[in-house]
Amino acid sequence: MTSIGLQHYLVVSSILFSLGLFGIVTRKNAVMVLMGIELILNSANINFVAFARYGNFGFDGQLIALFVVILAAAEAAVALAIVLNIYKNFSTVNVDEIDKLKE
Amino acid sequence: MNGSNLITLSLFILFAPLVGFWFTLILGKKVEKSYLIEIVISTLVLLTTIYVTFTKLFYFPDTKFVSEFTWINLGEMPLLGKVTVELGMMIDNITALMLFVVALISSLVHYYSIEYMKGDKRYNRYFAFLGIFTFSMMGIVLTHNILMMYIFWELVGLSSYLLIGFWFEKDSASDASKKAFLVNRIGDLGMFAGILLIFVNYHTFTFDKIFMAIGNGVLPFNSEFWLTIVGILLFCGAIGKSAQFPLHVWLPDAMEGPTPVSALIHAATMVAAGVYLVARIFPMMTGDALLFVAVIGALSAFIPATIALTQTDIKKVLAYSTISQLGYMIMALGVGSFAFGFFHLVTHAFFKAGLFLGAGSVIHAMHHEQDIMKMGGLRKKLPVTYYTFLIFCLAISGVPLTSGFLTKDGILAGTFAFGLLTGNSIFAITGFFVAMLTAFYMFRILILTFHGKPQDEHKYEHAHESPFLMIAPLVLLAILSIFIFYTANPFNADSGWVLSNWIKTPASVVPEHARYSFMVPEKMQEAAVKTTEHITHSEVYTEALHHAHIPAVLLSLVLAGLGILLAFAFYQWKKIDVDALTLKVKPLYTFSLNKWYFDEFYHKTFVSGLLGISNILAWFDNYVVDGIVNGAASVTRMLSRFSGVFDNYVVDGAVNLTATFSGLIGLAFRKLQTGKVQAYVVLVVFSLVLLLLFFVKI
Repeated sequence: MTSIGLQHYLVVSSILFSLGLFGIVTRKNAVMVLMGIELILNSANINFVAFARYGNFGFDGQLIALFVVILAAAEAAVALAIVLNIYKNFSTVNVDEIDKLKE
Repeated sequence: MNGSNLITLSLFILFAPLVGFWFTLILGKKVEKSYLIEIVISTLVLLTTIYVTFTKLFYFPDTKFVSEFTWINLGEMPLLGKVTVELGMMIDNITALMLFVVALISSLVHYYSIEYMKGDKRYNRYFAFLGIFTFSMMGIVLTHNILMMYIFWELVGLSSYLLIGFWFEKDSASDASKKAFLVNRIGDLGMFAGILLIFVNYHTFTFDKIFMAIGNGVLPFNSEFWLTIVGILLFCGAIGKSAQFPLHVWLPDAMEGPTPVSALIHAATMVAAGVYLVARIFPMMTGDALLFVAVIGALSAFIPATIALTQTDIKKVLAYSTISQLGYMIMALGVGSFAFGFFHLVTHAFFKAGLFLGAGSVIHAMHHEQDIMKMGGLRKKLPVTYYTFLIFCLAISGVPLTSGFLTKDGILAGTFAFGLLTGNSIFAITGFFVAMLTAFYMFRILILTFHGKPQDEHKYEHAHESPFLMIAPLVLLAILSIFIFYTANPFNADSGWVLSNWIKTPASVVPEHARYSFMVPEKMQEAAVKTTEHITHSEVYTEALHHAHIPAVLLSLVLAGLGILLAFAFYQWKKIDVDALTLKVKPLYTFSLNKWYFDEFYHKTFVSGLLGISNILAWFDNYVVDGIVNGAASVTRMLSRFSGVFDNYVVDGAVNLTATFSGLIGLAFRKLQTGKVQAYVVLVVFSLVLLLLFFVKI
């Protein structure tokens, strides 16, 4: 049994998800946290595409994957803008030190 | 002639004086002439009363007008049965006579007071008080039940109190009013007990119903003894109100009131209410009760007569003579001589009111001097007062051609007949002896006041005859003291209209063996007797009365003459040296002068006894009752202290413990809330994984 099946995709997606989560939880840098979020989004994309290929769902999976890529791009733009603003206010992007909503 | 309006008119007679009282009292302070309301009302009442009395006596001498309504209906009561309380009015002959006496003397006193009280600062209030007195007295006279009589009985007590203490700035007056009120309460207590006994046994207050029940053989607690007790208890009210021995001490002190009041209340009407009460309950008095009444009457006739001999205050002498004469009436009722006893009430009311008003005229002329030793020779200065006073003195001494002769002689004949029938002649002896004393002391004050030489030249010079309004009542009363108004025969009143038509002895309802033996009708007459309401006496008694009449007349004439003669010998002609005689009987003289030491005796025994008991009670109150209260207070305080400790430590402790515990939990859980987003994310993911494990069950 050497052909690549659904399980392989799911395992890769799980690893990717775990790495993303690990990044979110452990990194102090806000940019690194954002990168973790990107990994999680992409693990979800792999799942969508894998289920689209091996399940009886038609093209819905692929479509949503494309949709998520677009959303991720938009999200990255907004989030990086926020991070820039945070840096402007706090002179740091360390998420542990950002604990005030208002001066 | 229609008798039905008599009740309506008597309602007017009853309530008009009350209206007068209210208006005079309310307007009194603002309107200077408001006493005129009272004068007008009293005149109207007099006119109405004359109409009612004479309609009743001349057209309906044998009818009894009764009008009643149910005041309280309690229905069936446990232990008592059916209970209703009726209020109502009754007019019979003695009511009518009393109405006339009260209304006439009351209005005469009103007119007299206009002059006598002139210049008093509480002029209007005085007339208001006269009004409420007239109201209460009319109430006693008109009622048909003993409950209402008791209510009005207390009201006359109140008005007497108000009028005795009218000049309350004087200590003696306010003391006298309190004394009168308290002494009267003692008698009224007995009366109240009697009323309660009657109600418990007969469930009614109405005289006629009580008499009917007794006549049907219903006795209190089924015993004649208790009937006697009830009679004596009711008589206690009369002892107090009529100032009979041993409660006579208030009446002489009551002379502190204005003199016209003494004439109206303490001589003619209110004190006669006791006699009226005995006359009302006469049918239910047993022989023993009547004997008690007679003994009290005899003592009250005798003791004050001896005191009156030595007193020098003109009003005090008259007060003692009033007690003595009331004693006569009570004694007459007690020996069964009902008609004469009541008749004497009527005639005595006129001449005794006259005596007091005459004394008032003298006092007025002498600028409030009451001591007869400082008067004398006033005959020339006060001729009208003198001659009317003389007539009254003759009347009270029982000299023929006067009204007093008719009635006093009748009473003496009654006691005499009683002596003949029962062998008990003590009442007759007392009666005759007192008749002599009466003649003596009345002429003593007459001579000392009007004859001889003036003792106080200064006051004598300024004395003058009283004004018309004071003289006219004297003259009217003097005219009414003449026999012709009562009977055509000046020596025997039996055939006169008063006795033959008006005053009839009511039939006794007491079981026959409990009566005086002479009150039991003979066997053969019994059938006839049952049908009429008015016969009590047997033939024997009537016969004895006839036999007694002539000796009684002669004896009383001799004794009265002797008394008058002695008075003249002592004080007019000075044949006997009074001072030397006084020295000879010094102990007796001081005994009489100090009024038999009754006041001192009562003060030493009852008043001090009462004060002693009060002290003991005060001690008990201060130490025992207050001790209990204070003890309870300190126990409560200790309990509160304990409760306070409990509150501070246990309750507050629990509350603080809760707070501390919450704080500790807070401390523990604070650690979880780090404010670090990543920690939360770990927590969320961890929780999510756990949830998935639980619920999805891979």
